Amino acid sequence: MKMMHVTTSINGDPTEFLCDPRETMLDVLRDRLNLTGAKEGCGTGDCGACSIILGGEVICACLMLAAEAEGQDIETVEGMANDENLHPLQKKFLEHAALQCGICTPGILVAAKALLEKTNNPTETEVRYWLAGNLCRCTGYDKIVRAVMDAAEEMRSL
Amino acid sequence: MEYVAPNSLDKAAEIAANARGSVRYLAGGTDVLVQLRSGLHQPSLVIDLKRIPGMLDVVRTADGGWKIGAATPATTLNAIKELRQSWPGIVEAAELIGSTQIQGRASLAGNLCNGSPAADTVPAMLAAGATVTIVGANAERKTLSIDDIVKAPGQTHLKPRDIVASINLPARSQKGADAYLRFIPRTEMDIAVVGCAVNMSLDGETVSEASVALGAVAPTVVLVPEAAECLLGTRLEDEAMENLSMSCRAACNPIDDKRGTVEFRISIAGVLAQRAARTAYQRARERQ
Ligand SMILES: Cc1cc2nc3c(=O)[nH]c(=O)nc-3n(C[C@H](O)[C@H](O)[C@H](O)COP(=O)(O)OP(=O)(O)OC[C@H]3O[C@@H](n4cnc5c(N)ncnc54)[C@H](O)[C@@H]3O)c2cc1C
Ligand code: FES
Ligand code: FES
Repeated sequence: MKMMHVTTSINGDPTEFLCDPRETMLDVLRDRLNLTGAKEGCGTGDCGACSIILGGEVICACLMLAAEAEGQDIETVEGMANDENLHPLQKKFLEHAALQCGICTPGILVAAKALLEKTNNPTETEVRYWLAGNLCRCTGYDKIVRAVMDAAEEMRSL
Repeated sequence: MEYVAPNSLDKAAEIAANARGSVRYLAGGTDVLVQLRSGLHQPSLVIDLKRIPGMLDVVRTADGGWKIGAATPATTLNAIKELRQSWPGIVEAAELIGSTQIQGRASLAGNLCNGSPAADTVPAMLAAGATVTIVGANAERKTLSIDDIVKAPGQTHLKPRDIVASINLPARSQKGADAYLRFIPRTEMDIAVVGCAVNMSLDGETVSEASVALGAVAPTVVLVPEAAECLLGTRLEDEAMENLSMSCRAACNPIDDKRGTVEFRISIAGVLAQRAARTAYQRARERQ
């Protein structure tokens, strides 16, 4: 199998990797780059646990070939905190207990971050539709939505 | 499997023409990757079209129409205000595809080429009279209508190596609008049980041009000229609406599955057609 050499940027860090052309971005993040925040819930675009930000848009890493990353800017959950300082979304998720098993959490944090970068004052309906592709089997979503709304409010006042 | 990302259409056509095994074009990959992973399609070569200049761009043409690069994701379409004003039905169909994450990648061309009878944007494109610019094997260009391409579940009339370069929307008449509606058992993230697009132009308050297309009620998305006929010369009076429903129901040839029975799909097709027609009519009137 011919390996491909890919040069990209992940959370602002120039990154190079070798990959099999069939590997997805999720495979490479988790298995080659040791960035295991993004999770594989389904591998078919249905659960959103693998959400990453590619060129400003939130997408499913399981539906992207790693080879497509050449020259792109990728953000993952690992890039959200600033050293020891958690992102406001991360803080609010802890405060509101918006997670139980935590499998869905990185994907939801990344997707919510992308939302708050587009609009800092989303309605509850907007938050629910935006996160419709992020499945959570534990929380019942309510605390998640409240945490996102609260983080948006805090970020507006910063 | 090999992966290439050529930087011109001619180059992509040449690579495809010279390829020995099976070739798969890659736009947003929301169908390609799922099919790759499930083993449904195991291409020996994937040709990524997103590095080709223009493939991710939407431009207003000199005649007031739109040229949408074939790999343009739904999120890009949704963000263009003038496009939403001209073709609200196309944009609302694109906004129904999957989730935020899926819309960040999914393209109109991919939706068309995947050949699903339940594809959400295809009825809207069909009703809009959209055309498709294609680059063939020896790099020659041709333009086809959406109807020329739609063929059977999972199949299109495109030749195996044809590349869709752009989706072209005509200029919008002064007093015209379109609408797309689908029925699903949930509020999002599901496959259409029935989809319906209506596109029309008005002369005063009267419908002067119309087209109606249905999705998920036959082996392919279908244009229903008899249904469009029922709207012409009307102001959507009750009788016209009743005729519209009946024509749409008569055009259905659906399957039974876990999402909906044959009877249910046929019944809903008539309901959605009326609602989509009313929405398109309302929008058209507001444009004057
Ligand atoms: C979780 C999930 C939810 C979904 N929900 C919906 C939904 O609600 N409604 C809906 O209609 N669809 C849905 N889909 C299906 C899919 O997202 C759409 O069909 C989408 O529009 C495909 O576009 P793409 O750019 O990702 O295509 P790709 O996956 O890149 O390609 C699809 C097909 O078209 C071919 N192709 C792509 N571009 C070209 C081109 N320029 N020239 C020639 N051939 C080309 C490819 O080879 C492939 O056969 C969903 C998919 C997932 C994973
Ligand atoms: S793992 Fe990608 S969406 Fe589920
Ligand atoms: S916390 Fe368990 S899936 Fe969301």
